[in-house]
Amino acid sequence: MASHGIKDQVAIIGMGCTPFREHWDKGTDDLLIDAASAAFDAAGVAKDDVDAFWVGTASSGMSGLTLSQPLKLEGKPVTRVENFCATGSEALRQASYAVASGAYDMAMAIGVEKVKDSGYQGLNAAPAPHDGTKRSLTAAAMFSLVLPAYAALYGVDEDELRMVVAKIAEKNHRNGALNPLAQFRREMPAEKICEMAAVAGRLSVFDCSGVADGSAAAIVVRAEDAHKYCDDPLYIKALSFVSGTGGGLIDPDYDYTTFPECEMAGADAYRQAGIDDPRSALAMAEVHDCFTPTEMVLMEDLGFCERGTAWKEVLAGTFERTGDMPVNTDGGLKAFGHPVGASGLRMHYECWLQLRNKAGDDRQIDLSARNLGLVHNLGGYPGEMVSFVSILGPELG
Amino acid sequence: MRGIISFGGYVPYRRLDRSAIAAVMGKGGGRGTRSVASYDEDTTTMGVEAARLALRPVDAEPRALWFATADPAYLEKTNATAIHAALRLDSSVGALDFGGAVRSGIGALRTALDAKGPTLVVTADIRGGLPTGADEAAGGDGAAAFLIGTEDDGPVVAELLGSASATEEFVDRWRQPGSPSTGQWEERFGETRYGPLAAQAWKEALGASGIEAADVNVAVVTGSHGRAVKRVAGQLGAARVADDLSAAVGNTGTAHPGLVLANELEQAEPGQTIAAVMLADGVEVLVLRTTDALAEFTPGLPVADQISGGAEVSYATFLQWREMIQVQPPNRPEPTRPSSSASARSQDWKYGFVGSRGAESGTLHLPPTRVSIRPEDELDAMDPAPMADVGATVVTFTIDRLVYSVSPPVVFAVVDFDGGGRLPVELTDVDPDAVRIGQRVEMTFRRLYEAEGIINYFWKARPARSSSGG
Repeated sequence: MASHGIKDQVAIIGMGCTPFREHWDKGTDDLLIDAASAAFDAAGVAKDDVDAFWVGTASSGMSGLTLSQPLKLEGKPVTRVENFCATGSEALRQASYAVASGAYDMAMAIGVEKVKDSGYQGLNAAPAPHDGTKRSLTAAAMFSLVLPAYAALYGVDEDELRMVVAKIAEKNHRNGALNPLAQFRREMPAEKICEMAAVAGRLSVFDCSGVADGSAAAIVVRAEDAHKYCDDPLYIKALSFVSGTGGGLIDPDYDYTTFPECEMAGADAYRQAGIDDPRSALAMAEVHDCFTPTEMVLMEDLGFCERGTAWKEVLAGTFERTGDMPVNTDGGLKAFGHPVGASGLRMHYECWLQLRNKAGDDRQIDLSARNLGLVHNLGGYPGEMVSFVSILGPELG
Repeated sequence: MRGIISFGGYVPYRRLDRSAIAAVMGKGGGRGTRSVASYDEDTTTMGVEAARLALRPVDAEPRALWFATADPAYLEKTNATAIHAALRLDSSVGALDFGGAVRSGIGALRTALDAKGPTLVVTADIRGGLPTGADEAAGGDGAAAFLIGTEDDGPVVAELLGSASATEEFVDRWRQPGSPSTGQWEERFGETRYGPLAAQAWKEALGASGIEAADVNVAVVTGSHGRAVKRVAGQLGAARVADDLSAAVGNTGTAHPGLVLANELEQAEPGQTIAAVMLADGVEVLVLRTTDALAEFTPGLPVADQISGGAEVSYATFLQWREMIQVQPPNRPEPTRPSSSASARSQDWKYGFVGSRGAESGTLHLPPTRVSIRPEDELDAMDPAPMADVGATVVTFTIDRLVYSVSPPVVFAVVDFDGGGRLPVELTDVDPDAVRIGQRVEMTFRRLYEAEGIINYFWKARPARSSSGG
């Protein structure tokens, strides 16, 4: 009984990602076709070359027909997967295992969300029939509980901490401004964010991820076949997933300063990849900054810094694109936008660009010392969460 | 001798300053305050609160539950069953509604005093009228519950000496189902009807009790005709007329005889004679005498304490809560109706607030689960954990201005229960600015929302009012 992982057994040979926008003129089908076509082109393959498909969406479609109908896939297995906001990563995980198992030679993972057809602001999913006793709190409010808890545990002034998380938004907006695919391309100073009206706890709208439509896709093959299709594949070093017990909600020992599911998923991924010290091994990380305090806590849960120090590292600029440990260089959920089912694959798309030195002169991070990337993608709330972590690299070994 | 074994009055937390009405509308209102049921209360939830207070001081268990209100949350469907479920009464305990009329409250009480077996009578009302009208200002919201029985069921704190009824058909106050206001015939007509009816019933009740009017220490006089109530009260000849709570609470209609009676009983001494006289489509009279057991009786939470413990609600909010004005809701989907079958399966949790506790670990699970979060507990090795009367402390909290609510913003707290256990739960009867970590809270039964005509009842936490929370 162990999580062995599939280090260096599977490679990504092509990816595509649509702009994340309020796509009033594109539907779910259009977004899927655009992302899939871009991935086929990048890999130099046709849809018939792909043996199996995993399509991730939280609520824009049911069943494999979500993909097989718009792409007119003939006689192909297509599976729809859903795992909250980690849906896109889940699709990649399933496709990768299918290829690693030898069942298929080539598989596609594609994620999509058409959020903006609901007529409501924010993300809204229809609940299953229920007894009416479940919490109705927004995700923003649940994650807002992190700030006072963190401030109290580590003796940080709450006003200062509020500025710290605004700096995270400022950084991600700065990164998004350079990224043509990002939803928000405007810089946003932290001071301005702090002045905005609170919508949940002390969080303002600019502490929340952007709400956008979009799709992203990846094509995977067994590692030994990768060079048949491309010169610079991206190898999968680790794929980890933890689905929580929900115990944090009822456990008086849980203090809202950490997400244990994320810490566990990270530790498992490091084991699979053979990484002892993530800070010295990783060149970059794409993490799930659904709300600004989430990114701060993740820096500790993923072992990028000691407990109680992430807030100082944020102020020191460690996680800036040009810092020692670049985080969310593409703008993150904050500025790139968050079409639920697509976000996980969008994070991998940024690794696909950066780790292969293809992000463009104005955005490319320095790979001279380290060349591994990490993707962290969560779904749910503090206390009841699913968490995904992958590690990727451009070289075998 | 049959009588009252226990009782409890419930006054909701919010007060409308009557002068606020004229300040906005240019007329209406008056002096003093009226009680206001919160947006998440209805007659059923207030009935639950009164019944919990009435059952708290005693061990006795009712064998019947009767609920009376002129403002039922449901028609067709029995409302008393939700109260029954919240009190976790045995399924063999019958639950009936006495519906529609303001007179039904004291009617249920009088019938229970004539009945067999311990009977819990719950009365509740939400009173209002169109803006600037007399009923808007003079009305009040509240509930009262009485456990009626004999010495076999528990110590009787006030025994029934006698009662009487006088009935006549005449149209003085009326309301169509669903109408926001009550009609009233010219006042002077009703006065001519109530005077003789009251005299007749009063005389008969005193005769049945074997006492003279002067033997009555205090008369609780209430009714739906203000002038007649005043006139009758002055003519009864009792030593004292009870404070009718009009200055702070207002007239709570169906619940009012019970609420004023509860307030008097809380201040009475053993051996006093208290008469309740209710004027509504006739007259009901109950004559009670307090017993020595009253000295040993500790109310769940005195009415006087609830009156003094209230806080203001603005007239604008009051109008919104009573659906006199509609405000723009957040641009979020409205909640979906609760599933009847899912609700029935989780009845003990949803209505009774019963969690489960790991047999080995002692870890509390809210909601109850079959599998423990602690490995030492075997599958299904869980004991029921009733938590409705356990106090708790706010660990942390947040204000949610995005989520759908009838009355935003939502105040949400993570609370730890005394003796262990935690729940993230919505707070109510609270001002967002006044919440603090370490605050003591207690559970209260509320309506979360209504969808497709189905009311979603569940529990919230509120700042502690009573000793269980404090």
